[in-house]
Amino acid sequence: MSQELETIKPNEKDFNILNLGPTHPATHGVFQNVLKMDGEIIHDSESTIGYIHRAFEKIAEHRPYYQITPLTDRLNYCSSPINNMGWHMTVEKLLGVQTPKRVDYMRIIIMELARISDHIVCNSVIGVDAGALTGFTYIFQWREKIYDIYEEICGARLTTNIGRIGGMERDFNKECIKKIRSFLNDFPKAFAEFSSLLERNRIFMDRVINVGKISAERALNYGFTGPNLRAAGVDYDVRVMNPYCSYQDFDFIIPVGTNGDTYDRFMVRQQEILESLKIIKNALDNLPEGKFFADVPEFFLPPKDEVYNNMEALIWHFKIVMGEADVPVGEVYHAVEGGNGELGFYLVSDGGRAPFRLHFRRPCFIYYQAFPEMVKGSMLSDAIITLSSMNVIAGELDA
Amino acid sequence: MEINNSYLLAEIKTKFESDVINCDEQFGLLSVELSRTKILELLEYLFQHSDLQMQFLTDICGVHYPQKSGNEFGVVYHLHSLINNIRLRIKCFMPTDDTNIQSVSNLFSAANWMERETFDFYGINFTGHPNLKRILNVDEMDYFPMRKEYPLEDGTRTDKDDTYFGR
Amino acid sequence: MSNVQDIQLKKAPPGLEGSGFFATKLEQAIGLARANSIWPLPFATSCCGIEFMATMASNYDLARFGSERLSFSPRQADLLMVMGTIAKKMGPVVKQVYLQMAEPRWVIAVGACASSGGIFDTYSVLQGIDKVVPVDVYVPGCPPRPEQIIDGIIKIQELIKNESLRRRNSIKYKELLASYGIQ
Repeated sequence: MSQELETIKPNEKDFNILNLGPTHPATHGVFQNVLKMDGEIIHDSESTIGYIHRAFEKIAEHRPYYQITPLTDRLNYCSSPINNMGWHMTVEKLLGVQTPKRVDYMRIIIMELARISDHIVCNSVIGVDAGALTGFTYIFQWREKIYDIYEEICGARLTTNIGRIGGMERDFNKECIKKIRSFLNDFPKAFAEFSSLLERNRIFMDRVINVGKISAERALNYGFTGPNLRAAGVDYDVRVMNPYCSYQDFDFIIPVGTNGDTYDRFMVRQQEILESLKIIKNALDNLPEGKFFADVPEFFLPPKDEVYNNMEALIWHFKIVMGEADVPVGEVYHAVEGGNGELGFYLVSDGGRAPFRLHFRRPCFIYYQAFPEMVKGSMLSDAIITLSSMNVIAGELDA
Repeated sequence: MEINNSYLLAEIKTKFESDVINCDEQFGLLSVELSRTKILELLEYLFQHSDLQMQFLTDICGVHYPQKSGNEFGVVYHLHSLINNIRLRIKCFMPTDDTNIQSVSNLFSAANWMERETFDFYGINFTGHPNLKRILNVDEMDYFPMRKEYPLEDGTRTDKDDTYFGR
Repeated sequence: MSNVQDIQLKKAPPGLEGSGFFATKLEQAIGLARANSIWPLPFATSCCGIEFMATMASNYDLARFGSERLSFSPRQADLLMVMGTIAKKMGPVVKQVYLQMAEPRWVIAVGACASSGGIFDTYSVLQGIDKVVPVDVYVPGCPPRPEQIIDGIIKIQELIKNESLRRRNSIKYKELLASYGIQ
């Protein structure tokens, strides 16, 4: 029997076409993959995206600078504060605004919290796709704690809209500092339990090691950045290569993988969570005193109580909202290390109140195109887990 | 040999002296305007250059300047040399009636979707691209939405009263 | 640990009660059963989907409202929860999923984008899913908080409880579907 089977070579008509998506429960977002299957093995695949294309770049050409912050929230909604701050820093670079150290440190605390919450989503979902739901339900409580901190800072949970161009809209209050401290205290213990559920779990390891491999060379050629590139063994991190927002003040390790497989991507994210905790602790301990905004009344929206009680603040508020502040002409590219990699903003200003052109370099969009190459020759269930380990966020993918 | 922007520009100019139309430096990032026929050649040269090794393509995007007659459409490339940690921006311009430029997707796999996106938004035709079709918008769309002459809204919104928006 | 008194029975519908029996309308009894065992189909596309994950997870625990089991197959689902922006490319897919669901079916539009297009009044976004499928409950917010999503589910439960068994055969309902081009 087996000898007979060997003589049958798979030819074109023996392949099955399988539609994975756009609403498949295991794809965590809306992207379609048309897979050419040889039994359970993926022979070839083609991705279709654009199912939630929302035209961010076109909207951005019609909105004043400060109104673009809410748009950036909705790019990578798992770590929206990083997008907010990235945008603010881009505009500050264009305007030549120097932010005080306190602002930088506050931003770092928030951005690293966002990174933790982003990685928690990704890693717990890898667990879910491998059949381990426990970690997900367990660690998601801790993500809620991060949301509590956001709420204390800005009032929102997910689409945070934190900060202003030139600083923060308000200072950290006592409750917020307390919540961050208690998070730093309690989270490592819970996280260790989460890690012990998966990291050295034989079943999980068998499921993810050597799955969805990509070499460092191919990853670079595909424009990978962030944890996915580091899992392949390239230590490229924007925070270190082009330090922004006083990241040079902090000492942290860039975890690097060796194989570029799903397990490495998982482990790199795990380690980054620990590094982020270290950075937050460091920043909170050394949080400098001072103002929580830069001294640029022509761009920084003044606090509301001043607007109501101070003539000058009211005038500035009016001027900023009506778009009468002068913006220099120029082009600027600014990159931050987002949850998924190098999140870049290419801004062309013609001096108007809205950008002439704003392009987002979205890491998801760029590395998702490697998916067909990564899953070629692997099993269907491996494709699912590869997809979740790449952490493709639909909002960022489609813009 | 310190690798900085002036060295980078000099290295580009030794080979592409006549093709560099313009160059400037803003916020520490060297920006070179290049005649569009040479783009693939330049990227290959920078990729293989033994010192520079610009082997990471950060981004490709389009820009539309309706006022610049003869140079309406621009394609902007951002390159990064991870070895030397130096970035470079290259811009190529083209007129409305001839929006062709060489595809670099054979050199950088990452360029494949970036070029498709640019085509989708601006209708820039990347010659030599293996699969140049719309990526984000529906295939039936008959215009290029990011061009400045097209509006943001499509007018299907019914619950918005424009009198409150001062329009 | 939880006290036995914490566990409450659902309020019974109005009816006749005596020793050893309770009589009510069949409609009411079925409504009660349906309302507390909804199988939602999460059609999560973007940000609101992440908030739905939070709603499902341990802190907010949607299972308390009888929606323990998410049905990822439209065939077995009772409630279509559309969460997030629906682009024009996605519109036909939403409709297809809706068509595949069996009656009785309910739809809840979670978030500003699904309800009206939200901040994305652009060429590529469908301005509310009610352009392609009929919607029962709209949940505002960008994104709504988990409490709001739960509130939407409770509203749906009220609808289900009080729905006539014959509603789906009524001319008005058929006309509604016909206005969406659904037979």
